[in-house]
Amino acid sequence: MKLTKVVISGFGGQGIMMMGYALANAVMKDGHQVTLLPAYGAEVRGGSANCTIAISDDEIASPVASAPEFIVVMSTPAFLRFQNYLKSGGTLILNSSLIEGETIREDIKVIPVPAGKWALELGDLRMANCVMLGAFARLTGLVTLKSLEEALVSLFPARKAKLLELNQRALRFGYQTIEKEEK
Amino acid sequence: MKSSANKVLLSGNHALAEAAIRSGCHLYFGYPITPQNEIPEFMSEHLPKLKDGGFVQAESELAAINMVLGAAATGRRVMTTSSSPGISLMQEGISYLAALELPCVIANMVRGGPGLGNIVTSQSDYFQSTRGGGHGDYRTITLAPCTVQEIYDLTQLAFYLADKYRGPVIIQGEGLLGQMSEPVELRELEKKDLPPKDWALTGAKGRPGRMLRSLILEEGVLEEHNWKLNRKYKEIEKREKRSESYRMDDASLAVVAYGSVARIAKGAIKRVREEGLKVGMIRPISLWPFPDEAIRKAAEHVSHFLVMELSCGQMIEDVRMALEGKAEVSFYGRPGGGAIPNPAEFGRVISRNYYQKVRKTR
Amino acid sequence: MKKVFERPRLLKPATFHFCPGCGHNILHRVIAEVMEESDFRDRAIMIAPVGCAVLSYFYLDIDVTEAPHGRCTAVATGIKRAIPNSLVLTYQGDGDLASIGAGETLHAAGRGEKVTTVYVNNTNYGMTGGQMAPTTMINQPTTTCSAGRNPEKDGYPLDLSKILSTLPGVCYVERVALTSPANVMKFKKALRKAFQYQTEGLGYSLIEVLSACPTNWKLSPVDSLKWIEEVMAKAYPPGVLVDRKAE
Repeated sequence: MKLTKVVISGFGGQGIMMMGYALANAVMKDGHQVTLLPAYGAEVRGGSANCTIAISDDEIASPVASAPEFIVVMSTPAFLRFQNYLKSGGTLILNSSLIEGETIREDIKVIPVPAGKWALELGDLRMANCVMLGAFARLTGLVTLKSLEEALVSLFPARKAKLLELNQRALRFGYQTIEKEEK
Repeated sequence: MKSSANKVLLSGNHALAEAAIRSGCHLYFGYPITPQNEIPEFMSEHLPKLKDGGFVQAESELAAINMVLGAAATGRRVMTTSSSPGISLMQEGISYLAALELPCVIANMVRGGPGLGNIVTSQSDYFQSTRGGGHGDYRTITLAPCTVQEIYDLTQLAFYLADKYRGPVIIQGEGLLGQMSEPVELRELEKKDLPPKDWALTGAKGRPGRMLRSLILEEGVLEEHNWKLNRKYKEIEKREKRSESYRMDDASLAVVAYGSVARIAKGAIKRVREEGLKVGMIRPISLWPFPDEAIRKAAEHVSHFLVMELSCGQMIEDVRMALEGKAEVSFYGRPGGGAIPNPAEFGRVISRNYYQKVRKTR
Repeated sequence: MKKVFERPRLLKPATFHFCPGCGHNILHRVIAEVMEESDFRDRAIMIAPVGCAVLSYFYLDIDVTEAPHGRCTAVATGIKRAIPNSLVLTYQGDGDLASIGAGETLHAAGRGEKVTTVYVNNTNYGMTGGQMAPTTMINQPTTTCSAGRNPEKDGYPLDLSKILSTLPGVCYVERVALTSPANVMKFKKALRKAFQYQTEGLGYSLIEVLSACPTNWKLSPVDSLKWIEEVMAKAYPPGVLVDRKAE
């Protein structure tokens, strides 16, 4: 795979770091090189959360993305801030259940995913991040659904098997729903 | 596709903590400071579960390094970690550790300075780490990883070198390297013979009492002690210089960079190579002892060196000293604690240097 | 003939560098005596401070390390955590313990580190030539307050033993005036008790010793002892400040 950078952003509590960790872990399981860089310290105080994932089959020089190919935004502030960073021709995937307004950019592709709405259909709004991640896998082809499901295993202790199962279901739901819409 | 079967995704800070514990370091003393808090958090979780494990959150970095001193005096493996301002506070203890010849590992996940600076990554503590840092005529082995895997590997090496040469070893991490995650293979460093710790304080049962002292008032004895330390440092300089050479075979311009800057520079070199520019890189892995011979040797076929750092120029002094005027040196750096340069930016700088300094003279 | 007095085996055959009439001479001897009892020496690791007492390792045949100025109890913490059944003793002056090392002392005591401190209070910096210490009493002259300590300008003296005795991690604090054979025996008893408490894992223990410094006080050894009893003991009254086992 050619070097591809992804930024995931939203606000604290939306499970942004979990998305990043699961994605990076899954990419590793798929056999690619990967780096994951969270925003840290004072930058994340005050509610915003974001992380950068770099994927490649070659050594990755910098874990930082100045112009990522893909941006996933889960909240309006994240949308307003990060749309400007996206590489020309890049793809912005946004949580349309929460984000209103249109992008000012004409050189990018915007894909709305009603992650919040779909999570509610599954019965739990907290699953929005995994729904989005499943949709992301289908939309970008950067990562396999199987590896994502496996990656979640390392995030939940054995006593939280039920929650793990729920999150894995959300991944599949996001992936399959987007797939259906495409057809 | 490469195999990832035996790899785990770890942040640099977790990799460092994990490697320390696997190296038999079951004692940790530290004080919170960003961007390395994941290390004490990990240690506080895991060390108390070990039969011989000990963790103390010290009241200050000053206390932390002295707890390290006490634990090291017993001959057990011990570590502390911090970031720039905290490492400044530890310098008193590091000087004593060097004087008393006590092995320990100190990791500095460098952040922007001077003063409180900020928590963004930086390379501005190069002088502090490689010139001794505290008072007195001493040196500390300083290892600078550039990937999370290398943090894992060099941490194990650091414990080995600390025991081998009886002294503090510094891991010069960086905020960025500590925070980022990468796949890591949890491989073990080959275990080699180490000298017995016949100086350790364990209670003097069945033997005369031992003393560890750095106050040496007898005439001529301090001088002798310093000569002894110096012989050790010379031995380290002879045996422990480490560097990586990247595409230097046909290079006419050599980048010299370490740590995070080296990995970004590597990306930049790949770009300019595609345009046909013959550029290579020497990456110091041990900042002290500095791999001066590797650089001097490169000067036999390279006329120009470009030093790149995330500081306003510290390692460049070592590069110049290594070259002894045999080649021209230029510098590109930005102060730490600011924006992190990207491969495109480095690529432009390398190209410019190449066309101004190398191509024109050939 | 019955032998009634001898040099403790753990006192090395070296001549003390301490001044005539200095309390350190006696204290080192008593430490050697107590160390000989039980298995204390086998487990003992002593931490020497910066100050007059730094050369302890030349006199005592036990394991000793130096600590940077004031850091004795931090070093002690490291040792104790590395070897939990060791017997850890820090030996510190008032400058080392109550001034530059006040933070380390307070926090080791706060954590209830199972170590023992002998705190030698002579109200001045002896080794550097008699400067004002945190323990220097009001109106007492020193080389950096020649007209006597003036609280307006120099602040008030600090009674760290009293502060430490209020902490739950501290199991035993006693203050002894080193002025007579009976009082020397009091110190010996206190040290034995502190070692016992440490061995039982009860917490941090400290014995403060009001100790003569004839050279810097500019008094004869005999007048120095009188001064301890008449002046110093008023500001720092001897006695048990806390004994959690006896409570």
